[in-house]
Amino acid sequence: MGNILNEIGIENYIFLSVLLFCIGVFGVLYRRNAIIVFMSIEIMLNAVNLLFVAFSTYHQDAEGQVFVFFSMAVAAAEVAVGLAILVSVFRNLGSIDIDNLKNLKG
Amino acid sequence: MSPILITFYFLAAITLATAFLTIYSKNPIHSAIYLIICFFSIGGHYLLFNAQFLAIVHIIVYAGAIMVLMLFTIMLMNLNKEDEVHKPRITRLGAIVVFVVMSIVLVTIFINSKTIVGEYDTSGEDFQSIKKLGNVLLNEYMVPFEYASVLLLVAMIGTVLLSKKEKPGK
Amino acid sequence: MEMNLAILLLLSPFVGFLFNVFFGKKVSKGFSGTIGTLTVVVSFLLSVCFFAQLNQNGKAFEFSLFDWIQVGNFKLNFGILLDQLSILWLLFVTGIGSLIHLYSISYMHDDENMHKFFAYLNLFVFFMITLVVGSNLLVMFIGWEGVGLCSYLLIGFWYKNQDYNDAAKKAFIMNRVGDLGLLIGIFILAINLDTINFTDLNAGVVALNKTGGNQALQWAALCLFIGATGKSAQIPLYTWLPDAMAGPTPVSALIHAATMVTAGIFMVTRMNFLFDLTPNVQHVIAIIGTITALVAAAIGLLQNDIKKVLAYSTVSQLGLMFLALGLGAYNVAVFHVITHAFFKACLFLGSGSVIHGLHGEQDMRKMGGLRKAMPITFWTMMISTLAIAGIFPFAGFWSKDEILMTAFHENKTLWIVASIASIMTAFYMFRLMYLTFFREFRGTEEQKNHLHESPSLITIPLVILAVLATIGGAINLPGSTWLNHYLEPILAGKHEEHHLGSTEYMLMGIALVGAIIGIVLAYSKYIKQAFVPKTDNEIVGFSKTIYNKFYVDELYTATIVKPINALSNFFRTTLEPALSKVVFSFGSVAYGLSSQGRKLQNGNIGLYLFVFVIGICAIITYLFIAQ
Repeated sequence: MGNILNEIGIENYIFLSVLLFCIGVFGVLYRRNAIIVFMSIEIMLNAVNLLFVAFSTYHQDAEGQVFVFFSMAVAAAEVAVGLAILVSVFRNLGSIDIDNLKNLKG
Repeated sequence: MSPILITFYFLAAITLATAFLTIYSKNPIHSAIYLIICFFSIGGHYLLFNAQFLAIVHIIVYAGAIMVLMLFTIMLMNLNKEDEVHKPRITRLGAIVVFVVMSIVLVTIFINSKTIVGEYDTSGEDFQSIKKLGNVLLNEYMVPFEYASVLLLVAMIGTVLLSKKEKPGK
Repeated sequence: MEMNLAILLLLSPFVGFLFNVFFGKKVSKGFSGTIGTLTVVVSFLLSVCFFAQLNQNGKAFEFSLFDWIQVGNFKLNFGILLDQLSILWLLFVTGIGSLIHLYSISYMHDDENMHKFFAYLNLFVFFMITLVVGSNLLVMFIGWEGVGLCSYLLIGFWYKNQDYNDAAKKAFIMNRVGDLGLLIGIFILAINLDTINFTDLNAGVVALNKTGGNQALQWAALCLFIGATGKSAQIPLYTWLPDAMAGPTPVSALIHAATMVTAGIFMVTRMNFLFDLTPNVQHVIAIIGTITALVAAAIGLLQNDIKKVLAYSTVSQLGLMFLALGLGAYNVAVFHVITHAFFKACLFLGSGSVIHGLHGEQDMRKMGGLRKAMPITFWTMMISTLAIAGIFPFAGFWSKDEILMTAFHENKTLWIVASIASIMTAFYMFRLMYLTFFREFRGTEEQKNHLHESPSLITIPLVILAVLATIGGAINLPGSTWLNHYLEPILAGKHEEHHLGSTEYMLMGIALVGAIIGIVLAYSKYIKQAFVPKTDNEIVGFSKTIYNKFYVDELYTATIVKPINALSNFFRTTLEPALSKVVFSFGSVAYGLSSQGRKLQNGNIGLYLFVFVIGICAIITYLFIAQ
């Protein structure tokens, strides 16, 4: 079986993940709802994962994919803790609008 | 145009569109559903690379676990309404500008970097079967692998502690 | 065994100090005094043991307690050296110390802080022993500083009187000046010889002298001598000693007459091999000693405070000892140290007895006629006065005569000046006796009715010291020079015997006649003419200058204290505010900047994220594109 990249080209994947990543950034900046912000972060993570796999194939090496596994583990842990925090924030403030979280102000 | 290339463009279009809709739709439930579609399309990309195991894991973890968690949270908070107040106009404009700038910067980097000429390597060896991945994961990456389990355990305990209701008077 | 005994000898007074510090207040006054005295007596007895042993086998006893300092080639032990010199010093330090402790039990009995007094006294004896038995200069320096501290504590013992506190501070600061000299001297020796052990120094100094290090040796010797001038009250650092009379009289007797002030002489004698190689410094020592003897004796002529007279007399006698040291006659100086310790301690204790009998009166103009009321005090003081005046056959005659004889052989000018100082000594000492004990009482009626002889605890030490002042000269009579032979291992036979010829007898005769002239002068003025010193403001002319101690204190105030005060004032009022302004301006700039920067931290997460992303873009642009 030949290299799939011979037919698609690594550049296409690079541009795809760059765009995906930027959409994620855009979401973080654009929305006030903390859950959507979370989702944007997930999108960014996936953009990176996708690039990992693309280069794993490019180098014909498994290590890129191994890193994706670790990144998934971290993402899972992050989402679990993050959502728990959001829940307790919601309990205390009644909303998860990040613009309302101004207790950090010195 | 080969069928594979067409498949790629199709999947890429779905990925980008759903990702954009995730951010754009006002109802969080809709967002979550778009995001699930997005994840599935990314899983499709993985299959395109012939990385079946990774694709399955991706679907299970993201679409199965993470997104379900998110959906539960959204329902728990009763957020399935389009009641979110928009950010100020200047902020939204700023976000769009930053989005454009960021895209240009990143794309410029890749364009500036050394272009790849000629054929891609084809080793012909097996590098992404479950067997091979398992070997790599449990030999070279043994210690990080164990650490990942510890991390998940700690995250679990932390989550339980955080979401536990505080007893009154304490 | 010997080592343990030596440690016991050293630590016994320290135990007394600890006891009196921690438990002195809880036990009765008599008990705390007894403990204080006993611990010193133990040291004295042990000193006698060591002395007897040393006399038998003649071997010095040295051992090291522990390794102390090791820097490069320089290695130092915390060691103890018991040789002829240190044991001799131990004998009279602990011996006289015991007597004075005994005396203090009675003398200080009315003081509320008696336990503290004994604690300080014991601490002093401990440090004095450390000073004497140290096997190197640094251990000696510990003792040297320690006795300075105790001197400070005891001068200011009656701390409620500000004048006494000032006197204590003065003593401490003046000693500090000298101590700096001593320390620099030690440093010079340590740098050049890599050792400051007394036993190694001797060979090292000689070797260095041969290889052309005489310059460094001279500086070292001069610095050591400056240290000695501080501790032993020589010009120019002598002014603290008369003021130190603010302390209780036993302190004056023990510290400021018999023991501590002789530390300078001890140190110079210890380092005799160094001073022998630096004749220039020896000349300086001899000249300063002679001038001190003369100036102090002159000031003593007109003082009216009984203790001040004795203080100037001490300074004067110390000057004579330094004269002997400067002439290389170390054994003679040591001889005079010992006899002086006897009679000066006796005189001070006698004056203390007088002050005690008059309830604190120290002015001789208000005394007189005490001979009948206080016979024991009178006779013991009379003997000591005869001794200090140099009347045959009392102890002072022999030692002072030795000094004068040495001076005569070495340098006639010094001999003449020293002889004049001796005549003055005889005069002012008999002036003191006549004013205090003869003619009629000049104090108040009430004091007169209460006149009484002091209790036996006070008179017993007086009698013992008087006996010693009488026969003390026997240890080094011109014929049988026991002391010279005894000190031979230390001084390496450098002294020369004065063969008793006609010159020597003539010199003795001259000295005796001089002393008698002084006595006769005093007799004619204060007995025949019944002269009583005038009150302070009636004194005019040159005697006013003398009465005010040649205005040396005023001179020091004007030349040293005032300029330093002015400089500090300038620093405080001008320089410090200016400097703080500079420093504060840095602070206010930082404060202004940060209060502006604080506005950026408005707690808006959205804004933070914007800045964050833009920052990432900028960094990436810089790293990958801009190059």
